Amino acid sequence: MEPPQLGLIEQSFNSRYSNWAREALDELPDNFTITDPCISGHPIVFASRGFLKMSGYSRDQVVGRNGRMFQGPNTCRRSVMEIREAIREERGVEISLLNYRKDGTPFWMLFRMAPVFGKDEGRVIHFVAVQVPILRRRQRRRNGEGLCGEILSNSCRREVCSSSSVELAGVSAADSDCRVQAMEGSVWQHVDNYVFPKDCKPLDGFQLISFLQFALVLFTSLEIEEKCEASDTEKQLAATAISNVLSVLTHYSESTGRLVCEKRFGPSLVSSSLHISLGRIKQSFVLVDPHLPDIPIVYASDAFLRMTGYARNEVLGQNCRFLTGVDTDPSALHQIKQSIQAQQACSVRILHYRKDKSSFWNLLHISPVRNATGKIAYFVGVQIEEGSVDRHGLSPEMRQLSVVGSIKVAVRSSSMSYSIH
Amino acid sequence: MMLRIKRVPTVVSNYQKDEGEDAARRGGGCGRNCLQKCCIPGAKLPLYTFKRAEEIPGDKCVLEHDDNQAPVAFLDSLLLGQWEDRMQRGLFRYDVTACETKVIPGRCGFMAQLNEGRHLKKRPTEFRVDKVLQPFDGNKFNFTKVGQEEVLFQFDASEDGEVQFFPDAPVDADSSPSVVAINVSPIEYGHVLLIPRILECLPQRIDRESFLLALYMAIEAGNPYFRLGYNSLGAFATINHLHFQAYYLAVPFPIEKAPTRKVTTLGDGVKISELFDYPVRGLVFEGGNTLQDLSNAVSDACIFLQDNNIPHNVLIADCGKRIFLLPQCYAEKQALGEVSSELLDTQVNPAVWEISGHMVLKRKKDYEEASEENAWRLLAEVSLSEERFEEVKALIFEACSYTLSEKEDEHLTQGAGDDKPPLEGTGSINKGRNCNMVSGTQECLVLQ
Repeated sequence: MEPPQLGLIEQSFNSRYSNWAREALDELPDNFTITDPCISGHPIVFASRGFLKMSGYSRDQVVGRNGRMFQGPNTCRRSVMEIREAIREERGVEISLLNYRKDGTPFWMLFRMAPVFGKDEGRVIHFVAVQVPILRRRQRRRNGEGLCGEILSNSCRREVCSSSSVELAGVSAADSDCRVQAMEGSVWQHVDNYVFPKDCKPLDGFQLISFLQFALVLFTSLEIEEKCEASDTEKQLAATAISNVLSVLTHYSESTGRLVCEKRFGPSLVSSSLHISLGRIKQSFVLVDPHLPDIPIVYASDAFLRMTGYARNEVLGQNCRFLTGVDTDPSALHQIKQSIQAQQACSVRILHYRKDKSSFWNLLHISPVRNATGKIAYFVGVQIEEGSVDRHGLSPEMRQLSVVGSIKVAVRSSSMSYSIH
Repeated sequence: MMLRIKRVPTVVSNYQKDEGEDAARRGGGCGRNCLQKCCIPGAKLPLYTFKRAEEIPGDKCVLEHDDNQAPVAFLDSLLLGQWEDRMQRGLFRYDVTACETKVIPGRCGFMAQLNEGRHLKKRPTEFRVDKVLQPFDGNKFNFTKVGQEEVLFQFDASEDGEVQFFPDAPVDADSSPSVVAINVSPIEYGHVLLIPRILECLPQRIDRESFLLALYMAIEAGNPYFRLGYNSLGAFATINHLHFQAYYLAVPFPIEKAPTRKVTTLGDGVKISELFDYPVRGLVFEGGNTLQDLSNAVSDACIFLQDNNIPHNVLIADCGKRIFLLPQCYAEKQALGEVSSELLDTQVNPAVWEISGHMVLKRKKDYEEASEENAWRLLAEVSLSEERFEEVKALIFEACSYTLSEKEDEHLTQGAGDDKPPLEGTGSINKGRNCNMVSGTQECLVLQ
């Protein structure tokens, strides 16, 4: 995957903290990355020297990529889900995670992430993620049974013939440093004979059933927890590292005047989690709030800004009428107004004007959007410039409707949780 | 002794009528655009063809999007757009986004929705709950009777290995198309039905090919908040015509957050865990050396359950990476009069969504009083007992392992031109890594 928008990524960092912050961050010994959730793909915008050394990648290979590049087949999906939810809810998380280096070797680390809020924006602008390798592996196991697992699994590996050991290591990478414990005169030797007869004769039905029953009992009680607990020291290291990084970032944001802080501050026009969900939608659209005076824009997508030539701060809080001009048909405007009052969807073809005064025919679709209370929270306006073509062959109407659908899901879901405003 | 319960069947299509009405209308042309022989010739529907993934799950990271910032996948767009289109055309019985919904405070995060319009104020019908396998009955409502406007698109594997979209493709009965249709009584936005090989009129039972199709849909949508579900007969499936359901809800489901304990890894790399600290006992399937391995492990487990008359539900989550299998016994308990009237009054039929933690409630009182304790208590009634679950679990593993050897036999006897799903990685069976547990093979007996 090509790292997208490297210019945007540089900007993301420099405009907020200035270039000098990089030097300060480079002086920290910790492993960490800084990511920007507002850029498509949620890429890494900064990776510390320690992180690069730990992972085996060079800076170019990491900046612009998403953190999932370090995940692999044995990375726990539930842990990934927890991280994803923390991002969505714009809060911190601390969890053990299995990552993979460039050379493919897996390692456990304590992953601790914290949001960085823009003071004026009141929403998350970066996430800082610290990674502390968990040095002494600790697996939670029941006494004695863990040993069986080791014996059997290691014996299995010895006996299996043609598969490459690399493949096996891949499949059970987490077990790679288990050692076989010798046990004398025990039932395990007996098992060994059953399981690995030297001449590899097939077992008869009776032997099969008893082995099966034995093995099933064994395996269902093994309950090996495939997780790695970090020690208190490692947790302390993570906490300190986060604190170090946040201090540097806060300090340097003062120099640019675009302050950041660790806690959310001030009102935002839409909730942060909604803002993040809407960022996934690449088409041009705006959300307006019909409950506020003059029905202002509360969200505008990047594509809308590109299409119309305006900057975000020029459109937020404004009514959409700035798009109209001398030759805009008043009856189209009237139709829009009526639909909003009737709380219905409508499509109009309307002449709109960009910031540079050039005009374009806008195939505009407007629809009410409800939140989790069931009541209308916003209206969405989706713009398509007449004549633009979709590479999948979808008609403009269908493209617009898919945007409406995505937004309806986002608004409804983001307002469901009592903890999210 | 036949076990039966009475419940109001969910209306999933505008063409689904009472049994009596349906029978009366037989004979003569239907006079509208349905999916039966009368209307199929000349019919056209959009067609989405997906690429079959031959690569191992590890590489699939490139194809899937597991965070909110990745751009929306095309199937995702198509589905949402088509669904919104049907919304605006008034095909749904109510606007589901006008139904109040919330996350119930608590550790699990159960979701509740107040939906008074979902179930008709009609008399309940009788459902037989003691037979998971029942033959298809053409006299009853099935999906070939839906109007074509309720079908969003055809969904099938691409011939040439590329994702393609045809806005107006003819419906070719000979190719046995699979379709995605709307559920006119949606639980959430985007609620659709995936109907594999619709014209073959398969009864509600899992087979390998159909399950793989469902898995592909989850992967193609590339959205972890778009989940697929399956209800067997006896586990609150409404229609005995093979179908999966799916919808969008951009919050984590309680079942997805529940802790799991690994139980075993099958020879083909499929990892099986069990849920704990969750009111319903179930298994979680993940991994697999190939997608087909994962799909087959789950299918085989389901086939075992249905052959042994154990009702069950299946949830496909995390873009197809995690699959939950939940045997249940609520309907049986209900038929035997073992469920408290308090629970029965809520009229919650615990199907896959409810079990996953998403409760749709009919009465305002239940919605307002919804609590984590209530939800837990209801779901605990659905679960198999610990003892019974252990039994079923052990038998499932046996079934999964035995099927490995069947696969090998199939491989030896399968000829060209066979229309069975092609075996993936046919070399993998003989690598010695995943050996069989059945005598008659030359390999060593190994359990991983």
